[in-house]
Amino acid sequence: MNIDVNDIPALARGCAVLGTGGGGDVRTGSLAAMRAIREYGEVPLVKLADLPDDALVVPLSGIGAPTVSHEMIHGEDEPARIAEEVERIFGRPPAAIMSSEIGGSNGVAPVAWAAQLGLPLLDADGMGRAFPEVQMVSMYVAGLPADLVIMSDVAGNVVTIRPVDGLWSERLARAVCVAAGSHALMADYVLTAARAGGAVIEGTVTGALEIGRSTEGAADPLGALRERLGASQLITGKLTDVERRTTGGFVRGTAVIEGTGDDRGRRLSLELQNENLVAVEDGRVRAMVPDLITVVDTETAAAVQTESLRYGQRVTVLAWPCDPLWRTPKGLETAGPRAFGYDLDYVPVEELTHG
Amino acid sequence: MADLRLGIDVGGTNTDAVVLDGEGRVIAKAKRPTTPDVTGGLRAALDAVLTELEGKDEQDVRGRIGRVMLGTTHATNAILERRGLGRVAVLRLGAPATTSVPPLSDWPADLRAAVSAGEAIVPGGHYVDGRELAPLDLDAVRRLLDGVEAGAVAVTGVFSPASDEHERRVEELVRAEYGLPVSVSREIGSLGLLERENATVLNAALYGVAAHVTDALVTALAERGLGARPYLAQNDGTLMTLEHAARLPVSTIGSGPANSLRGAAYLSGVDDAIVVDVGGTSTDLGVLTGGFPRESAAAVEIGGVLTNFRMPDILAIALGGGTVARANGLGPDSVGYRIAQEALVFGGSTPTLTDAATAAGRLPRDAGGWPENLRKALSGTETQNVLESALARADEMIADAVDRMALGRADRPLVVVGGGAFVLPARIPGASRVIRPEHAEVANAVGAAIALASGRVDTILPAGETRTDAIERAKEEARARAVAAGADPTGVEVVDLLEVPLSYLSEPAVRVHVKAAGPLAR
Repeated sequence: MNIDVNDIPALARGCAVLGTGGGGDVRTGSLAAMRAIREYGEVPLVKLADLPDDALVVPLSGIGAPTVSHEMIHGEDEPARIAEEVERIFGRPPAAIMSSEIGGSNGVAPVAWAAQLGLPLLDADGMGRAFPEVQMVSMYVAGLPADLVIMSDVAGNVVTIRPVDGLWSERLARAVCVAAGSHALMADYVLTAARAGGAVIEGTVTGALEIGRSTEGAADPLGALRERLGASQLITGKLTDVERRTTGGFVRGTAVIEGTGDDRGRRLSLELQNENLVAVEDGRVRAMVPDLITVVDTETAAAVQTESLRYGQRVTVLAWPCDPLWRTPKGLETAGPRAFGYDLDYVPVEELTHG
Repeated sequence: MADLRLGIDVGGTNTDAVVLDGEGRVIAKAKRPTTPDVTGGLRAALDAVLTELEGKDEQDVRGRIGRVMLGTTHATNAILERRGLGRVAVLRLGAPATTSVPPLSDWPADLRAAVSAGEAIVPGGHYVDGRELAPLDLDAVRRLLDGVEAGAVAVTGVFSPASDEHERRVEELVRAEYGLPVSVSREIGSLGLLERENATVLNAALYGVAAHVTDALVTALAERGLGARPYLAQNDGTLMTLEHAARLPVSTIGSGPANSLRGAAYLSGVDDAIVVDVGGTSTDLGVLTGGFPRESAAAVEIGGVLTNFRMPDILAIALGGGTVARANGLGPDSVGYRIAQEALVFGGSTPTLTDAATAAGRLPRDAGGWPENLRKALSGTETQNVLESALARADEMIADAVDRMALGRADRPLVVVGGGAFVLPARIPGASRVIRPEHAEVANAVGAAIALASGRVDTILPAGETRTDAIERAKEEARARAVAAGADPTGVEVVDLLEVPLSYLSEPAVRVHVKAAGPLAR
């Protein structure tokens, strides 16, 4: 199938849901995607199986400070410079673009980047959701070496990093990003289609589109979304407290939701670090990272970002299972509760809600 | 002695005028229908309020009116109806960044066609830390302006709220070489490029509308022998001089709700309150803190265009005097202006919230015959139950909306205004008490008459040691802008200071928002 202009609003809604509260605002990416499709044509969405084994897949993401990305928007030439560098290094041009992070703005913007390059978009991503750190990707969990990062900034600079491991990759990429004005485009884990098998999370672009479409014109948007996601409804209620603090470059906080209607008398607290990470009720964990926890507007089922949480909002908290890759020992070591500083043993959301 | 103030509010339906005396009491008021040309209604309301005042044996009324404050929907209507808008050359200083989303990308096609004379993203603008994004290309600016027929120019530089050098240089060039009015983004919005750019372009498109309004006002005052200084009301509930309004016409958008909030609270004698305006179809709630409307945290859409303009935080719910009551629920539809034919209390056959309130003994002052009519309509029907459950639902909806706006505080009074105010109960959960002020029907015009002048600054400053000095400078700038807007330099105070730490930056930085306000200069 091809992604056209009319698909973008649904894709954006789906990416916002998969952002689990973080991943950045989808609006600017949507505008860029619609503009690029109008200018350069529709974007073919391809499956991994459609690509020859040696086809090069370039995972792309925008990195930097949200305040900056809202003001200093991407230039249109940034993807082309990364594609040129890929060709210089590998001796052949890229065959497809992939979203590194389907959750939030980095799920929608790759449609613009693919259109600008005249390349198809791979129906896959590196997270199946949103995560705050560069090494929290499926390629890292799958054991692919983090030995190449290509960055392109608004000024036209291209930086190629050959890090010794994922931690250096994160450290060096962040330093380059800051020097570039706290906003850059990054290709991480450029890989062949053969190596991508089992190292990327497939079907997530289609998944995001279906999530976005599920609430379109639905009489009961919340029910439709819950069914589409196969999610547990942790609570429906009113946001009664939001506390935020900025530490170590990340926004951390706690949000409290008090139940209304059938949930009256219940109280759920959410631990936030850019994304919603842990849901606790009566001292009992109901869901935790890497499973997905998203706060949605009870009426419209539209996702609410952590930075938009406000007292008095009528919200429902949904939680559903992450990709199995995140539940492996390496997956949990990378993005399990302890990776975020919570002293918790991971228990899958389906056991916590039905156990 | 210029001790009187005249406030005028041009609303969608009515144009109201009030005169306040030196003690701030309402001594005359008038309400006239708003006319399509707006100025007709304005003149009629002015004449009516002056006639009322002169009928009261007041001496030299016209000579004693020192100031006239106008709140108007001219600018909003022009945008909504795409009428009278000027053609704007749109310049963004940001290349090679920002080219993935060109200017006006999210505008409705008809509005874009009506407003845009041409658009360009030229090299320029700044990084978050103040470095130049690219050397400013003034020739590229000239190339756009030489090729378009424009009545005004809108200039938006990347990070101009923090570093405005490039915007200033383009502004000077356009004035000197093209003699066109320039709308610069740093004066208009805060961080968030696309939203600020949108507001800046709308501002430039409104210069003609603003000139028309100020001319009409000045002429109407002169014709009536009024030598008063005129001011326009803006979206945050403060005033600006006509010169200021001519440069920032987009600031008048949203002045209606702001004036309504401030007017209602003033008439009730409170500075901190939740204001509920109950109409026929919907109810608007807003919050007044320290005498100013609480501002919305979300982006505001005007005529289909998203802006980051600061507007009063208003919650509108589908509940009003004409809301239809049924066996299975209440509304959201309303009989609207047909209430005088359709409601049971007027002898009609559609049960409404007005009927439900009347059945429970909640009545306006002039409810002659309502209980009688209702008794006739209800005899031998099941409608009684429908009305009871509708009123219970309405009370729930109001309590719920009040709670949303109260943010957990229950110690503030609730000020109730509007034609449907009587449907509300005497006690509302979440409010310390319910106040129904006198003259509430002209609260908007009163709000305009009592407004202060203000100035604001929104920028990014380094955290750490230099922060304190930088914040002092931002405060000074806000005070200077308030004075430029007409405030008395000796009475200007910083009324709002907000610091938000930013994440992911090389050097710790804070986003600072400062607002200063004060009474008008004599």
